Amino acid sequence: MPVRAKTRWPLRRSARSESQNSYQGTLLRMPTWTRNACGFSRWDSYGLLSAKLVGIASVVLFVIAARPAPKQSATAIREQYLSPIEMLLSPDGRRLYVVCESSNEVRVIELETRRLIGRISVGRFPRGIASSPDGRLLYVTNSWDDNVSVVDATAMKVVQTLPAGFEPTGVVVDRGGTTLYVANRLSSDISVIDLKSGREAKRLLAGRGASYLAASPDGKWIYCTHIYPDPGTFRTPPNSEITVVDTGRQIVVERKRLRNVAGVFHVAMSRDGKLGVAAQLRPKNLIPLAHVEHGWAFGDSLSLFGPDVGDVVQIPIDELDRYYALPWGVAIAPDKAKLFLTTAGSESVTVIDVARLLHSVKTRHKPFANDLSASAAYVIHRIPVGRNPRGALLSADGKQLYVANRLDDSISVIDTASDKLVSTIDLGGPKNIDAIRRGERLFFTADFAFQGQFGCSSCHIDATIDGLQWDLEPDGFGKDIVDNRSLEDLAGTEPFKWNGGNPDMPTECGPRTEKFFFRSHSFTEQQLTDLVTFVYSLPYRPNRYRLPNGELTPAQERGKAIFERTKAKNGTAIPEASRCGYCHSGPKFTNQHQIDVGTGKPTDRSPVIDVPQLPNVAYSAPYLHDGSAHSLEEIWTVFNPNDKHGVTNDLTKDELNDLIEYLKTL
Amino acid sequence: MKTRTGIAFSRTAGHVSKEGVIPKLRVFTGVARDLACTATTLWAGVLLLSALAFAQNLPMFRWQNFTTASGLPDNHVFCVLVDGKRIWAGTENGLGLYEDGAWKTYRPADGLAHQAVLSLALDKRTGDVWAGTMRGLSRISAGRIDTFTQLNSGLSNDIVYGVGVQGDFVWTATAAGASRLNTRTGQWSLFNNRNTPMYEIWTYAVSPGEDKVYYAVWGGGVLEYDVASARWKDYNDPDGETEMVVMKDQGLIHEITTSVSYVDKILWVATYFGASRYDGRYWHNFLTKDSGLPSNFLNQVKAVGGNRAWFSTDKGLAYYDGTNWAVYRPALNTHKPEMWVRDAAGNMTKIAVQTAPAHNYILGIDFQGDDIWVATAKGLSHGIRLNASGSQTTLSKNMLAHKK
Repeated sequence: MPVRAKTRWPLRRSARSESQNSYQGTLLRMPTWTRNACGFSRWDSYGLLSAKLVGIASVVLFVIAARPAPKQSATAIREQYLSPIEMLLSPDGRRLYVVCESSNEVRVIELETRRLIGRISVGRFPRGIASSPDGRLLYVTNSWDDNVSVVDATAMKVVQTLPAGFEPTGVVVDRGGTTLYVANRLSSDISVIDLKSGREAKRLLAGRGASYLAASPDGKWIYCTHIYPDPGTFRTPPNSEITVVDTGRQIVVERKRLRNVAGVFHVAMSRDGKLGVAAQLRPKNLIPLAHVEHGWAFGDSLSLFGPDVGDVVQIPIDELDRYYALPWGVAIAPDKAKLFLTTAGSESVTVIDVARLLHSVKTRHKPFANDLSASAAYVIHRIPVGRNPRGALLSADGKQLYVANRLDDSISVIDTASDKLVSTIDLGGPKNIDAIRRGERLFFTADFAFQGQFGCSSCHIDATIDGLQWDLEPDGFGKDIVDNRSLEDLAGTEPFKWNGGNPDMPTECGPRTEKFFFRSHSFTEQQLTDLVTFVYSLPYRPNRYRLPNGELTPAQERGKAIFERTKAKNGTAIPEASRCGYCHSGPKFTNQHQIDVGTGKPTDRSPVIDVPQLPNVAYSAPYLHDGSAHSLEEIWTVFNPNDKHGVTNDLTKDELNDLIEYLKTL
Repeated sequence: MKTRTGIAFSRTAGHVSKEGVIPKLRVFTGVARDLACTATTLWAGVLLLSALAFAQNLPMFRWQNFTTASGLPDNHVFCVLVDGKRIWAGTENGLGLYEDGAWKTYRPADGLAHQAVLSLALDKRTGDVWAGTMRGLSRISAGRIDTFTQLNSGLSNDIVYGVGVQGDFVWTATAAGASRLNTRTGQWSLFNNRNTPMYEIWTYAVSPGEDKVYYAVWGGGVLEYDVASARWKDYNDPDGETEMVVMKDQGLIHEITTSVSYVDKILWVATYFGASRYDGRYWHNFLTKDSGLPSNFLNQVKAVGGNRAWFSTDKGLAYYDGTNWAVYRPALNTHKPEMWVRDAAGNMTKIAVQTAPAHNYILGIDFQGDDIWVATAKGLSHGIRLNASGSQTTLSKNMLAHKK
């Protein structure tokens, strides 16, 4: 198959071959059926087939030809898209800096001419941007490099690199320009970086998946949100928080509790400092998802806080029969008249009249986050924009709203007086839309679900996990609870589902997702192929637990020996099926079989569980098929009393710690 | 709860000192003896006896005691931690937080690992409080409580006798060795008989410094971790596991260590059989027979410098300023407040006081400016520092004003 090597997709720093970690490599290893699914390549592969098969293939071709032809096949043509995700205006309002996640750069737009005037190469997977008070320096978080690029805005060049935590995302600078705050998604904390010395002074504990930051107008407070719920008691509603940092003391002074919330995105403060807004999801993961047609899977909503509302108030943005999935970017007009919210799954901007909103809050004495009729009182417009809109940014005078359309490589410009889209800035990305991009668009849209309720990315936030356990099957309340599994580098880990019930990705993404989850119209064959292509293309994120030279620490070496041991400590042989490396074997550390390891619960229809892959297992807590193990330790300290899940009960605490240190490196 | 300011001294005259006091002390005690002869000069005598303590820069306090009657979660207080204007008290039945004049209690229902809180440490950089309990370690961060146990984390054992913070590391002393949590990476490192000279794994207290981390190992002496080299070294009683002191000042006083305090590169050690001080070259030991310690049974030592330290004993709170000693307690027989001063020559002087810590069995100490907070077996005590004129220090005034 032809492969156009145009990508600069970041590769994993590991001993694995690079091809394993690139989109290209993934495609080359895709199951045969997938590569053939587009039809045309079958002739290449099976040129010597019998006439009967040729006849069948002709029919297939005829059927495909009768459909809208895909723009290209699902072969490995990999374009270099931009994926704009966040924006920043220069102090004079003339320049728009756009963080482009996929091209590892900041693109600079001159707003007067709408021209691209600069491209600043930064680190891998940049996710956030802030500027010094005078605008001379930009700070860009590089989520895959665990650092921050300091950019000279005039020269448009990186002049310094600052350390941060695991997967730095949101960033703000204090008013004095002396301290940088960075939200680290994987280490779930906030780096406090002294800009004078360039050193990370300390880390502050934030919510799990800390990602977005906003400063109060007076600079005294910084608010931090997080995309995964904080660990809680098994099978109880999830909780999240808005972490409040006192910039004077540089410590966390408050955690605003967000009850029944999992997935909090952008947070913003009004210019008068009296109203704070955070975009969020209220999942209904405790009841069977089969009830999607009777209720809803997510409440797309906002949390309001600040003197205008008193305690945190949650408000819905959905309507009774229409949902606005994945609320993400938030901006509040300078005069606080309107609030703008991007809905990443519904590809629109929701406009809220703040006065009406506050009236609703003050006149409704009971919580109304689940009353979907409420939004009619304050939502005044829904403005269609590009695909997967993320960051929302208002001009200084509040007259224009810029929206980063991540999967269109464009910026929507909205006139805030009329609430109408007035123009779209093309950032100069490829015009050809390849299979992965098409699949990515399908993954992030909520178009296919009943009433537009949700999309793949509602649960797989940013194509990862959501930290939740779901009651998916229509088998009654509380039956077959399943934890959300990682999507990283899935090729070679089939079958899918925790019970191994789906033999391949098309089954997983097709009948299971489109028909059971979405309960709406189905994907076409081409769409399904594209979606599968995209899912298979998701690479591993960098592993933070391995030494830079790839070697293992002494503790990790000891853990590896335990993982690979064949004898218990008393000298008796461990049965082959009870050795760690038996089930967790092969390049993905799964033998792709299903087995009962004693972790089944009375509520499970079967105790037989698909052996999960282990790479980057450190990122995907909680554990076990139902998420009942809060940590890797609990897999063995709590849920392995009879040594069915490997022989571990002869291990000392030290040895168990060593084993876990090794597992984190996989 | 008493909030009255000022001080009123006991109407009973203090005991006079023995002969052979240092000149300065003799002047004061001699004058005191004369003045005490007449009732009309009684007050002046008392004041002068108090002045004795001040003259030697020995702190005097007005003690304000908290019990369950005043909102403390429990009267058995294992430890106390000062966090700015906030006071944390680890008790047998909950973690108490004293703030704005009121107590708030945290228990397992609030997310705390266990109601019995044995140890406390403050991460001054982040403001987070770490609580060692009988069932794990809790991190209290702006109201959120996360708990680490031997089941859900790499913590070596759930009984956490001691906890300390050193940069990004949280060190714990547990019933099954030492643990260290790297708060940036989440990695746990365990230290015990397998990888240190720790022959007894019952660690009781930890004192982390920038260059060294010290552990009191109950029955195993003291362990030293060198931060730069990541190596361990043990210090043991040269007399072995005996209660005899054959070779005093040649090493640690006893193997049954209960507390360590490392300040200004000086190590202080508390044991059930006396105290030790180690400057990296020489040891000096303290026993009741040759120091002002009221007892050789020590629960804790807390140094405030290379030459000054406070001691929690079963017979009162003791302070050593490098020369003189002071003891604060309710009298062991009458339970009336008393304060003793011992000078370098061994002269004992009883200072008349009206208040004392809640109980003579002292378990923990922390400082709030010039004030001191003391955990006792029957309540938490706040020692409000008095200056030479008998009035409170500015900080104490501010604290009381704040409380009011």
